[in-house]
Amino acid sequence: MLEDKDRIFKNLYNDLGADIDSAKNRGDWSNTKEICSKGRDWIIEEVKKSELRGRGGAGFPTGLKWSFAPKKVGAKPHYLVINADESEPGTCKDRDILRFEPHKLIEGCLIASYAVNAHKCYIYLRGEYYNEGLKLQKAIDEAYKANLIGKNSSGTGWELDIYIHYGAGAYICGEETALLESIEGNKGQPRLKPPFPAIVGLYGCPTIINNVETIAVVPTILRKGSKWFASLGKPKNTGTKIFCISGNVNSPCNVEEEMGIKLKDLIEKHAGGVVGGWDNLQAVIPGGSSMPMLSKEISENITMDFDSLVENNSGLGTAGIIVINKDQDIIKCMARIARFYKHESCGQCTPCREGSGWMWRILERMAKGEASKDEVNMLSDVTKQIEGHTICAFGEGSAWPVQGLLRHFKKEIIERNNFDPLVKNSKNIPYLIDQHILEEDIKNVKS
Amino acid sequence: MSLKKVSKEQPHKFEFSEENLNLAKKIVLNYPTGKKKSAVMALLYLAQKQNNNWIPLAAMKYIAKYLDISYINVYEVATFYSMYNLSPVGKYFIQICTTTPCMIRGAYKLVDVCKKNISEKENESPGKKNCSWTEVECLGACISAPMAQINEDYYEDLNVKQFESIVKDILKDVKPKPGSYRGRVNSEPEKNRQTLLEIKNA
Repeated sequence: MLEDKDRIFKNLYNDLGADIDSAKNRGDWSNTKEICSKGRDWIIEEVKKSELRGRGGAGFPTGLKWSFAPKKVGAKPHYLVINADESEPGTCKDRDILRFEPHKLIEGCLIASYAVNAHKCYIYLRGEYYNEGLKLQKAIDEAYKANLIGKNSSGTGWELDIYIHYGAGAYICGEETALLESIEGNKGQPRLKPPFPAIVGLYGCPTIINNVETIAVVPTILRKGSKWFASLGKPKNTGTKIFCISGNVNSPCNVEEEMGIKLKDLIEKHAGGVVGGWDNLQAVIPGGSSMPMLSKEISENITMDFDSLVENNSGLGTAGIIVINKDQDIIKCMARIARFYKHESCGQCTPCREGSGWMWRILERMAKGEASKDEVNMLSDVTKQIEGHTICAFGEGSAWPVQGLLRHFKKEIIERNNFDPLVKNSKNIPYLIDQHILEEDIKNVKS
Repeated sequence: MSLKKVSKEQPHKFEFSEENLNLAKKIVLNYPTGKKKSAVMALLYLAQKQNNNWIPLAAMKYIAKYLDISYINVYEVATFYSMYNLSPVGKYFIQICTTTPCMIRGAYKLVDVCKKNISEKENESPGKKNCSWTEVECLGACISAPMAQINEDYYEDLNVKQFESIVKDILKDVKPKPGSYRGRVNSEPEKNRQTLLEIKNA
């Protein structure tokens, strides 16, 4: 288990107070000027060396992202945008940073803005976090008053203004280009990449977009050194991470732990174990709803880091762990997640707009036992049609959880929905679009 | 995409109050010159707040004029985002999160409470009642499931009995106390907390 001295978010549970004086007592803002005086290249190099990977879901190396911003400011100003549109089901880590550690975020904003030459920083906060927004605004006002940000931020000579932009309940605005569209006052529909936001972003200017947690850990990394951060966790999966453990556990909680901690340890030690004991575990969704679920057997030994989860056909995502025990109907759980994606699809790409609804309707019928045998393969086919055929990663996000269900619980689905389709296995039905599925069925029957 | 009904009964006129006009001026300054359009979301919020928590079409036209953008620009934003109410909602607007993490901890029991005490269907016009309810997608408080948002406040760690008393309070026009209803502190584990104990006990 991670030692308390290595924890970055000392005030995760608000034992100490979130105001500026308490934050300073914890070491925030203590030598910001000194850090910035070491120069942009040093900051970016140090973040690169720490091997910090983005905490928003995709796990892109942060230092590398920052280095994509043009070295010199040309005709267009640079922007820093913080993604605080936390809406992935199962995830509520940023909320605690915004409530209890806002000064870590604001200091991170200053350092990151300095590193990427930005004078303006927008924090895109989800609209539902109204009270959290008030707390963050209070912290920003405190920082302005103490001259930590503003005309001459912390005595560095750097000018920085931070603004909060409230979203209005659209999950898709967590996608970086949709977020930019939303700040520009449009519908939140993702843009094609390339060009990447680091070159053409907000208002067509170079823009770096980072998650709240990523930015909030940067000051501590620079203070304690990249070596310290890289020594925690596993190679390429370094540092600490806030895990949110929700669902059927005895004490759901947020906890900051080392990357690469065993999933079973997280659930048993911190969250008080699965309701009904470990044997009552059915499945775990390891990284927010868009990551495929893990079976009980895999959950037994898996470690929570980007690479080992990818090896097991899943992903760390936002590290929002949803524990599902055997008292739950797993097909229904997934049908509800499919409904979430149907509701949140922005409607721009046809495979996602239509496919997310198809998946939801098929799963709803499967939960009731009203689907037919061949629809299991059809569902798998639909997920493959969505995956990789959309502008943004929402397509994958909606298809993967269904694929995870099919991977681990196909038997349960077939047991519940085992009647034959109306069309019997007769060949060459010219108007049947899904002929290839039928042919596969015939093969299965024969073998 | 969220399906939203635009109210059939619309007021003919809408204007910002003086207080909101001042706020709107300030908001526009948050964005670079010539990028006034960015303020549209914040102004829609102001209009919603001023007009009993819903946005009439007249307000969209007013905002379009105020920001020098076309009416359809405002309309498409207002219809895209789910937090803008385009028809009247109650003075207390109850939003119950029913996405999977809340669902497996019993969110649909809270929905039943609303069905029984407020209205059979979600999003029903409040009429003479002072509240209305709706199901929403993840509100980002999964470790405090099941939970509901009433206007701006989160009500966490609920059970059926507590939620029933919350709804009854609301029907009596008493604002219930927000926060956790199991008395837990923020997002720490209720039992057997393992981390940062020195700080807690200091």
